[in-house]
Amino acid sequence: MTGHGGTADLLRGLAPRALAAVVRRYGHFADAEDAVQEALLAAATTWPADGTPDNPLAWLIRVASRKMADQYRSDEARRRREEIAASWSLIPHEPVPAYDDTLTLMLMCCHPALSPGAAIPLTLRAVGGLTTREIAAAFLVPEATMAQRISRAKARLKGLDEPFTLPPPGGGGERLRSVLHVLYLIFNEGYAASDGPDLARTDLSGEAVRLARGLHAALPRDAEVTGLLALMLLTDARRPARTGPGGELVPLKDQDRARWDRQLITEGLNLLTGALRQSQPGEYQLQASIAALHDQATSHAGTDWARILALYDRLERLTGNPMVALNRAVAAAMADGPGAGLALLDGLDDQLGDHHRLHSVRAHLLAQAGDTGGAIAEFEAAAARTTNLRERDYLVTQAARLAADPP
Amino acid sequence: MRYMLLQNYGATESDCPPMTQWAPADIKAHIEFQQALNAELLERGELVDAQGLAGPEQAKFVVSDGVSAPVITDGPFPEAKELLAGYRIVDVESAERAVAIAAAVSAAPGANGVPIRQPIEVRAVMSAPDPEV
Repeated sequence: MTGHGGTADLLRGLAPRALAAVVRRYGHFADAEDAVQEALLAAATTWPADGTPDNPLAWLIRVASRKMADQYRSDEARRRREEIAASWSLIPHEPVPAYDDTLTLMLMCCHPALSPGAAIPLTLRAVGGLTTREIAAAFLVPEATMAQRISRAKARLKGLDEPFTLPPPGGGGERLRSVLHVLYLIFNEGYAASDGPDLARTDLSGEAVRLARGLHAALPRDAEVTGLLALMLLTDARRPARTGPGGELVPLKDQDRARWDRQLITEGLNLLTGALRQSQPGEYQLQASIAALHDQATSHAGTDWARILALYDRLERLTGNPMVALNRAVAAAMADGPGAGLALLDGLDDQLGDHHRLHSVRAHLLAQAGDTGGAIAEFEAAAARTTNLRERDYLVTQAARLAADPP
Repeated sequence: MRYMLLQNYGATESDCPPMTQWAPADIKAHIEFQQALNAELLERGELVDAQGLAGPEQAKFVVSDGVSAPVITDGPFPEAKELLAGYRIVDVESAERAVAIAAAVSAAPGANGVPIRQPIEVRAVMSAPDPEV
């Protein structure tokens, strides 16, 4: 599935349905997932040459089932064989809607017992239908390392011995939150790496959007699921303007807003409006609302900073996240002047310590306030602490600019 | 999070003699330790790369102004102990885990099986920028 043609897209859509069917029939999620991955690889090589079968889903299920049977036939442990034979007859296989399959698999792969580092690749493979090689390339690690990460995640799930079913209605709240968190992290990983020298990497943002669309289709009335999808689209809309011709970072205030994707903005706004109407507030809807205000503003100065500040207030109260407090300080500076922002930063030293973002925000606000010397020192402090290469380039350039040409 | 764990030819915290003076069995144990550690890091899904570098005898320093012929200095170098001997790149869930791996590397067995206690430099590898910028 290295190509981007019709077969790859078709297979990615079918992957979770084939896997769910095989797990329902045989149990044993970990082995079924391996078998489906093999079936997907077989399809990716044979379908483009021999033609797509009439019923591609049935083909995948049949091939994966055969691979599982082969695997167990060669297994000499009698106890294991008997256990499997018993499970075959116990698990009924009734038709299940595709959306439920996707949701069930997501809840399983994003189990709270797994760290995000384990849940992310497992979700991409089992639900997203990506190959181990593609996932390894996306995270810039060797294929063997990624294969181990996935098999450890599955071993952990095996130990939990949970049934492969949807939680009862209303009973999956905590589990659903960890699915949303994993999809959000996949999106951010892709968004951070989407430009510059990493063009060969799998489009993780696109993959996260696709998975979030699947989740939204399964749970159309969950306002936070809709909010997350809206947030992704409203953020992704700015991607074309986020880097300059040399791959350098272009901050929001300097972006060419004509390059933002209007179609994504419209879709994101419609989704967000629908979500907010449900009156089930949550952090993703708040973040999406902030992204929406940016996307609708005709300029940085013309942005509705007072409303953004109010949204950050709510978001900070809801999450208690000091990074949110940092963004709130930026909004306060835009709404009420740099002094208001700097005053909010003073309370953050204890929580954020020596974090590079604290230095970088303080640098920007000091520059706005006219304290060039202080701004240069803070830009330098931020540049020395960041672990982001392009961010460091940006911060060093800001310090140098102020030093060379003080306002 | 990605970290590079660097080790150079420099002095160790133990009084470990140069490897050429170890008993062959100690050298074998040391090599097996390194291989086992790499296998464990791979099995945990953390290993990105592990490489040893050829000795400082083969090192060259190259300086150029981009116009004239480059100035190439061959060894031996008086500061050979400061040259890089090898590195590992690991992709881990926390800074604490990178430090724990570095501690394991530092405690590699030396002469008579005594841990070498070689200083390991732990450096974060630069990544792509935060999405919120």
